[in-house]
Amino acid sequence: MSARVGVVTFPGTLDDQDAARAIRLSGAEAVPLWHADHDLKGVDAVFLPGGFSYGDYLRCGAISRFAPLMRELVPAAREGLPVLGTCNGFQILCEAHLLPGALTRNASLHYVCRDQRLRVEATGTPWTSSFEAGQEVVLPIKHGEGRYVADPETIAALEADGRVVVRYLGNPNGSVNDIAGIRNEAGNVVGLMPHPEHAVENLVGAPSTDGLGFFTSILKKLVNA
Amino acid sequence: MSTDSVKRAAETPAEPMPFAELGMKQEEYDRVKEILGRRPTGSELAIYSVMWSEHCSYKSSKVHLRQFATKAPKSDALLVGMGENAGVVDIGDGWAATFKIESHNHPSYVEPHQGAATGVGGIVRDIMSMGARPIAVMDALRFGGADQNDTRRVLPGVVEGISSYGNCLGLPNIGGEVVFDPCYIGNPLVNALCVGLLRKDQIKLATAPGPGNKVVLFGASTGPDGIGGASVLASATFEDESHAKRPAVQVGDPFMEKLLIECCLELYAADVVVGIQDLGAAGVSCATTELAAKGTGGMHVDLNLVPLRDPSLRPEEILMSESQERMMAVVRPSDIAAFMAICEKWDVPATVIGEVTDTGRLVMTWDGETIVDIPPGTAADDGPVYERPFHEPAGQVALNADTPDRLDRPADLRLTLLELLGSPNLASKEWVTSQYDRYVRSNTVLAQPADAGMLRISEVMAGAEPTTRGIALATDGNGRYARLDPYAGAQLALAEAYRNVAVTGARPLAVTNCLNFGSPEDPEVMWQFAEAVRGLADACRTLGVPVTGGNVSFYNQTGSTPIHPTPVVGVLGVIDDVAKRIATGFVAEGLRIALLGETKEEFGGSEWAHVAHGHLGGLPPAADLAAEQAMATVLVEAAAQGLLEGSHDLSDGGLAIALAESCLARGIGATVALSGDAFTDLFSESSARALVVVRPEAFDRFAALCADHEVPCYGLGTTGGTSLVVEGVLEVPVAELRETHSGTLPALFG
Repeated sequence: MSARVGVVTFPGTLDDQDAARAIRLSGAEAVPLWHADHDLKGVDAVFLPGGFSYGDYLRCGAISRFAPLMRELVPAAREGLPVLGTCNGFQILCEAHLLPGALTRNASLHYVCRDQRLRVEATGTPWTSSFEAGQEVVLPIKHGEGRYVADPETIAALEADGRVVVRYLGNPNGSVNDIAGIRNEAGNVVGLMPHPEHAVENLVGAPSTDGLGFFTSILKKLVNA
Repeated sequence: MSTDSVKRAAETPAEPMPFAELGMKQEEYDRVKEILGRRPTGSELAIYSVMWSEHCSYKSSKVHLRQFATKAPKSDALLVGMGENAGVVDIGDGWAATFKIESHNHPSYVEPHQGAATGVGGIVRDIMSMGARPIAVMDALRFGGADQNDTRRVLPGVVEGISSYGNCLGLPNIGGEVVFDPCYIGNPLVNALCVGLLRKDQIKLATAPGPGNKVVLFGASTGPDGIGGASVLASATFEDESHAKRPAVQVGDPFMEKLLIECCLELYAADVVVGIQDLGAAGVSCATTELAAKGTGGMHVDLNLVPLRDPSLRPEEILMSESQERMMAVVRPSDIAAFMAICEKWDVPATVIGEVTDTGRLVMTWDGETIVDIPPGTAADDGPVYERPFHEPAGQVALNADTPDRLDRPADLRLTLLELLGSPNLASKEWVTSQYDRYVRSNTVLAQPADAGMLRISEVMAGAEPTTRGIALATDGNGRYARLDPYAGAQLALAEAYRNVAVTGARPLAVTNCLNFGSPEDPEVMWQFAEAVRGLADACRTLGVPVTGGNVSFYNQTGSTPIHPTPVVGVLGVIDDVAKRIATGFVAEGLRIALLGETKEEFGGSEWAHVAHGHLGGLPPAADLAAEQAMATVLVEAAAQGLLEGSHDLSDGGLAIALAESCLARGIGATVALSGDAFTDLFSESSARALVVVRPEAFDRFAALCADHEVPCYGLGTTGGTSLVVEGVLEVPVAELRETHSGTLPALFG
């Protein structure tokens, strides 16, 4: 039986097709999840893709967190369901308080799309176990609000507990401590600003297939579970 | 406040109407009266004034644009030609592509962010209304001098507008142009292109057939934005000054547009749409008259049913509002419930506002009174047509006589290379393109700074059978060339876009164009326009690529000084196996570099003359279309045979800039040797040339292919090392090239 990974579509979600394709390429089944449903369809893990859910109006992710589906997702995540949010998905996870801190306007005040060098710091999560600790990867970033901030105690705790999952090599947005991605205390919930789903094929996307590791990690975890 | 009904208009024939304030000439107004047999109502005047405007009726350009049809080459690929929302071409395996470029110049000067944003929104809706999924956008931009003050206001706003709107729609931005010239300081050009994909048998058209079918307005509600002249009309008729100062630039909501895209695609898939039209310029006026004129011929609309965001809007304003993110569909009564359910799923408001009739009349009511009763074709199709007088500009002969021969040639070619490479027009545009999402939907094979954007198509829509094909797109245009010779300038724009598509390995298939000119009432501008259209139509015939649609933008001038005539040409091509695309530049070390085509001493309108001397005179490079065609044939064939590793077209700045950019693509140097005069070899802008890189063992086969097609092929040298070396002439480390190339725009715009 293949692993089933849900991909959530909110109004304004953009990278859902990309995420579903990356999940399929890794060998898992991608299951579409609709924001207005109270139904996780029994998936084994959930991918919250990027985009501009609800137009990013009010504040990125602030409206999505109240979607009916999130009422199912939040308790499931607290009970250990693996969840990966990228870009807008990361913003939604912060707004839903599944992850600490917030993503604010880039220091440059410009949206930035570029192929970004990163270092994978934490490999103990279900989404990063395929990587070597300290491995350098290239993934695209594309965001206007990706500057990670949190109060000093939270940052200190993230660093002390090894909860910084991915760090920028060459900070593109002014994030504290070059933080590009973090995990929750249990490790099952991960948020990233970079887009692994755009770096899984040689023909298209970034000039790298480093994103595949995130998808093979979760597949390995689910198949071995 | 009384309504100006048809009854009232008949009873008050002498009532003065503000047609002049709406930009209508006396004879045009007289013609409306003749058509109706009475004076028009305020609402009817609103409809005729916008539908007969230059923008909607092409009244000054029509007589010339006909050449795109009369001279059109025979093409099996053309499925829908000019006159619809966008042209559609057959790209094989049951797939069709639809694409179009359109201007949003004036709004982008007044309010750069919203002007540019809604330019993207408008062209995307044109593509949606053909039944297609929009799959990518591109932008051809022209600004005033890079160091001029107003450019610092306009450029960041335009880029941010395109970025915020396009990124939020989830459409990759795969290319375009950014050009600076002082002639655009009061008239920036924002030409937005969108391409969409659909199954060949699923084309939708703007038509309203079938009496009894419902007319549905869906998307955003109607507000007072973009009304322009309608306020004059409303306040003149109703003596209500409160409406006089309304924003003339529309405000966009990309989130609503994204919902509209997904909603429309689901409506098409459910087959509940008979005809569809987007609401762009002239809003409800345009959509109702065009749908009715192309359908059974009649339509009844109750304007009170139009959902309003400002309840004080008068019918004239509703008719002319250019509120964004709206569409109009014609739906069978039995499909209305299904139609509404899909709209509801996507949170898209939808309202039945009328129905199709067989009366041959477009009738609209307001508060129970008939306020419009016209034959729709008279507004949509029978607008005035002008044969504007034209003659060659007074200074044209002197301009052409002032050749670059008199300019001092540089002593230090290394310095010249760096000066050009760092000049705003040739410098890296990454400051702009990094603000655009080029990856979303994961179909982008090539994007800026590649010569053309390229997309795979097999993964665009779920469930469709797979294909190895891809499409490539490029836009080009050179205002300086067109200023010197509009006939040749338009041909050179086409030739460059055609070449940019071919160097990626794709076969050029069809053309769209955006013709940006000054006032058509100036006979010298009209001459430029007539020459450019003639040149483009002739070149399209020679190259075998039909024009599928486009847009004319007149009145781009400050006072009596027009912009350079700027025809921007977009070319769409097809590659049979997208995995065989040719990357741009030097992709590996140890490859043989070859120059295709002949280099002549051609510096008229060149970047060198512009940057080193601020000179514009003489004649542009000769357009050699037969050579372009032969070279394209070689490139496409060589790509299919896997003979090429990389390529790059030669254009602005000549071979020197093409070599530098090729080194910058992957940070790989090169050593080349020249055979002729080094300055001419490096900086001439002769057309029909390209660089290619070939594996040493494949070189003879490639050279033989060139010989078969009589395409000159000169071995220049080899890739490798950390510098660009032109033996005996110059040597520049790639790192220095990079610093020079990438520093300019960030230094100017922050």
